[in-house]
Amino acid sequence: MTSLIIIIVSCALVNNVVLNQFLGICSFLGVSKQMKASASLGGAVIFVLTIASAVASLLYDYVLEPFGLDYMKTIVFILVIAALVQIVEMFLKKTSPGLYKALGIYLPLITTNCAVLGVALTNVQDEYNFVESVVAGFGTAVGYTIAIVLLAGIRARLDEESIPAPFRGAPVVLLAAALMSIAFMGFGGLSL
Amino acid sequence: MNRYVERIYNGVVKENPTFILMLGMCPTLAVSTAAINGLGMGVSTTVVLILSNVIISALRKIIPDEVRLPSYIVIVATLVTITELLIEAYLPSLYDALGIYIPLIVVNCIILGRAEAYANKNSVGLAAFDGIGMGIGFTVALTIVGFIRELVGAGTAFGIQIIPKSVEPIGIFIKAPGAFLVLALVIAVMNAFQVKNRSDELVSGCDGCCANCAMKPENCGKEEAKA
Repeated sequence: MTSLIIIIVSCALVNNVVLNQFLGICSFLGVSKQMKASASLGGAVIFVLTIASAVASLLYDYVLEPFGLDYMKTIVFILVIAALVQIVEMFLKKTSPGLYKALGIYLPLITTNCAVLGVALTNVQDEYNFVESVVAGFGTAVGYTIAIVLLAGIRARLDEESIPAPFRGAPVVLLAAALMSIAFMGFGGLSL
Repeated sequence: MNRYVERIYNGVVKENPTFILMLGMCPTLAVSTAAINGLGMGVSTTVVLILSNVIISALRKIIPDEVRLPSYIVIVATLVTITELLIEAYLPSLYDALGIYIPLIVVNCIILGRAEAYANKNSVGLAAFDGIGMGIGFTVALTIVGFIRELVGAGTAFGIQIIPKSVEPIGIFIKAPGAFLVLALVIAVMNAFQVKNRSDELVSGCDGCCANCAMKPENCGKEEAKA
């Protein structure tokens, strides 16, 4: 149990997926303009990343590794993730229209979000078992949500500031991300 | 200007994927801790990009429109796997330095973006030169960011000591925050010299996310369609 908590804390805070490992930067910079959209995307990422880690872990342990198809993992994972997102989208549409309305348009965005493939591959690299993989996927997604919601909050403030002309647009957002990243480095001091 | 030369110019300067379009940010930020890593990542991505552009362009009349994205993903993933195995075999030190970011070339927005926006509408030759141009643009950008981070953060350039050892390097530049910081400053300098950063246009067109480009190519191909 303790090891699982350590995995969550380490994935969500210490090795934050966006600020430390630079995965999912596209949507982190693109969607964080609005707080509501950021929170919804975060929810969708938590949902998909947890399921994708579970499926990828099962596939790797019971299909790829026993048959010596280790080198196929990139191709298999990306296709499985793409299919999975489609299935999740259809399933939500049928069974829970409320949730679909909240997350719907963000689901397709996640297919090529490198965080999903990145976590599936890292889980294999770290030799996590099934439960650990799911927990790592969940923790990573929580870290992603924390980062994007925080950045959305900062950007809402930035809109009201007068910023030197060359820094308007992308540079000031990157600077905010840099400061957040420095703050998150502080979590590295946690002895886990 | 010759159409082929124009493609190279377009990729390196006019639509530089990193500095102007702000695509493929993950590898740009992650592997640019040293100039040589940036160069290695840039060259690997360029190889995949040229081959995927050529193959997709050659197959553009055969692949049915409805399943083109899964087809592209399989083509790109295959090329990336081949590249990964080659790097692991022949350049083990680069393989260790780039790590998980090599397989993640699959989800690099530049590759699927070029497939959608250019390769599936143009001849094999033009698509190849488009890949070369974009690839060089990406490589140059990664190497510049890597060079600055390595110089300030470790006092070296391509592994050679430049700043005397007695001067303490600013270590944070080769850690995670340095990546955001250097990229922010490079783009700000370019803005100051009136090189227009077009990421905002892109944000409005594609919600700033490459994934969205892949899903809704009609938003993204506009530039190319007009040209």
